[in-house]
Amino acid sequence: MTATDPTAPAPRAPRSTVVAELRGATRIYQMGPTKVRALDGIDIQFLEGSYTAIMGASGSGKSTMLNILGCLDRPTDGQYILAGRDVSDLDDDNLSGERNRRLGFVFQAYNLIPHLTVLENVEVPMEYGGVSPGEARVRATRLAERMGLGDRLDHRPTELSGGQQQRVAIARALANDPVVLLADEPTGNLDSKTGLEILSLLDELHAQGRTLIIVTHDPKVAARADRTIHMLDGKVQRIEERAS
Amino acid sequence: MTGRRLVSLAWKSLWMHRLRSLLTLSGIILGVGSVVAMLAIGEGASREAEERFRKLGTSNLLLASVKPPQSDEAGESRSRILRYGLLRKDLEGILETIPEIRRAVPRRDIPVRARFGEREVATKVMGTTAAYADVANLRLVSGRFLTPSDGHARMAVCVLGDAIARKLFLSVDPVGQELRAGKHYYRVIGLLAERGEGTGGTGGMGGESDNAVFIPLETMRERHGDRIRHVTSGSRSYENVQLHRITVEATESSEEVVSRVGAALRSFVSVRHPDGDVRITVPQELIRQAKESKRILSIGLACSGAISLLVGGIGIMNIMLATVVERTREIGIRRALGARRSNIVSQFLAETILLSVTGGLIGLGLGVLVPMLVTWLAGMATVITPFSLILAFSISGLVGIVFGLYPAARAADLDPVEALRRE
Repeated sequence: MTATDPTAPAPRAPRSTVVAELRGATRIYQMGPTKVRALDGIDIQFLEGSYTAIMGASGSGKSTMLNILGCLDRPTDGQYILAGRDVSDLDDDNLSGERNRRLGFVFQAYNLIPHLTVLENVEVPMEYGGVSPGEARVRATRLAERMGLGDRLDHRPTELSGGQQQRVAIARALANDPVVLLADEPTGNLDSKTGLEILSLLDELHAQGRTLIIVTHDPKVAARADRTIHMLDGKVQRIEERAS
Repeated sequence: MTGRRLVSLAWKSLWMHRLRSLLTLSGIILGVGSVVAMLAIGEGASREAEERFRKLGTSNLLLASVKPPQSDEAGESRSRILRYGLLRKDLEGILETIPEIRRAVPRRDIPVRARFGEREVATKVMGTTAAYADVANLRLVSGRFLTPSDGHARMAVCVLGDAIARKLFLSVDPVGQELRAGKHYYRVIGLLAERGEGTGGTGGMGGESDNAVFIPLETMRERHGDRIRHVTSGSRSYENVQLHRITVEATESSEEVVSRVGAALRSFVSVRHPDGDVRITVPQELIRQAKESKRILSIGLACSGAISLLVGGIGIMNIMLATVVERTREIGIRRALGARRSNIVSQFLAETILLSVTGGLIGLGLGVLVPMLVTWLAGMATVITPFSLILAFSISGLVGIVFGLYPAARAADLDPVEALRRE
């Protein structure tokens, strides 16, 4: 790994530092007259540079957990500490700031903005982060090239294959050098060969020291992580550790 | 995000839906265009009227003899001489009893046929005094106007209006020539400049001077007496009118002085001429009325323009609401990537403002073009005031903001998790 690799995380605290932590995190949805405890007192820590998979059936609470970890939602009760800061009570603007600076998202459906080019898509988080247009262009170009999209910079998402679109999404997720990279079924829409390519790319990021959290149904995907959290009815059912 | 980036983003997404944007734009274009065009037409019409009244003189008050309605009994009217209108003693009375008058200038009109060489035209001989040129704002192109000594000496001299001079003398220089009017000869001593502007129906001295032959009032009295003979399609009638018009000039053109003089003249006339055979016209009042009716007209026109702008605004809002629904997922993505609510608001607002400002600019062009066409095709005067341009453009900008705000707020209030789930 060269120091100029745009996908490598900036040097931060040493490993074994906790970068994200849920403390008694509970999320209750009001569904008409009934309350649904989608997340029920979760306590869990994510270490710097760790690779965690979250598994569970539909309704087990894994999406809710991902939304809270991604600062898209707030716990009804309990705390979420991200990079040493309690973000559970932040207002909408500050939460947006946390998402922008500390988190990167990779979605199952890629979620690129259709009328923007590859470069422009990668630049979006930097625009909201106040990066100057010139610097954003440089960084976006390097990231896209690193993802093997050097000859596709001015293409629109519809002109790309699924695998290429997901690479753009990963480049975009890395744009602001996030503390945690969150992936929601990143291979769900891809054929197995392309899926494997994306997974190897995630492995590479992990090897560079990036903290990854990935939500999946697929045990083969989860097997790549050094830890799998199995969810059931809003609770952690069991945690499976693997020596990396 | 920088402003330039916002605009280019907005432009991009409007360009993506070109037809839709164009249709939305047309509402604003027509709205702004109609506001500007209508105000220009209204302004033009009223300035024309104002200008016409202003030529009558803002410090003047006009008294005119009005022929009373004729009685239907034919036998009576045939035998009688119709006697009505302003009297010479009225002129003295006015000057003696009403303060704040600089002067009062009489005029008497007699229809005659004027002749020079082989040419003959129907015209009016107007008997008046030297001051008339001044109060009626007549300009000379050559020679001189009547003087007091012309009157004292009962000189047989005349000053010609522009139109009649052309008709009678063609290319000959009329000054110094002898002209026959009715049974009498007059030497032409002066030629007036063209007044134009039609026949000034509002008791005006405007266009009528173009076709008149002015002679000294004293000369007229000596030669014609007080009786005027009208010959209409074979039948004859006689009138006894001492003066047809008195132009009263107030000492000042200020509203107070003119209205005081006006009130005094009205009570004077109501005492001396209770039969309504004298009419008073106050140009300043007419100007005020013209301004007032312009104000009402402008408000009406502006309102109808504003309504079309409002409709344009509703069109914008409609489109933007549809756009928000269509782009819910994009909003979710942007929010996930760190866009604040305010970023989303500015993004959508930038689109509506770009729409309305573009529409506004094109509308201004249209609003300038249409009055020009109206002037060219219908010959109507139109005046585009900077105020109307500013007004129309700022209303269109305001419409963009007001009608863009709600859709933008809707977009910003979407829950990111929900928005991401939307297809």
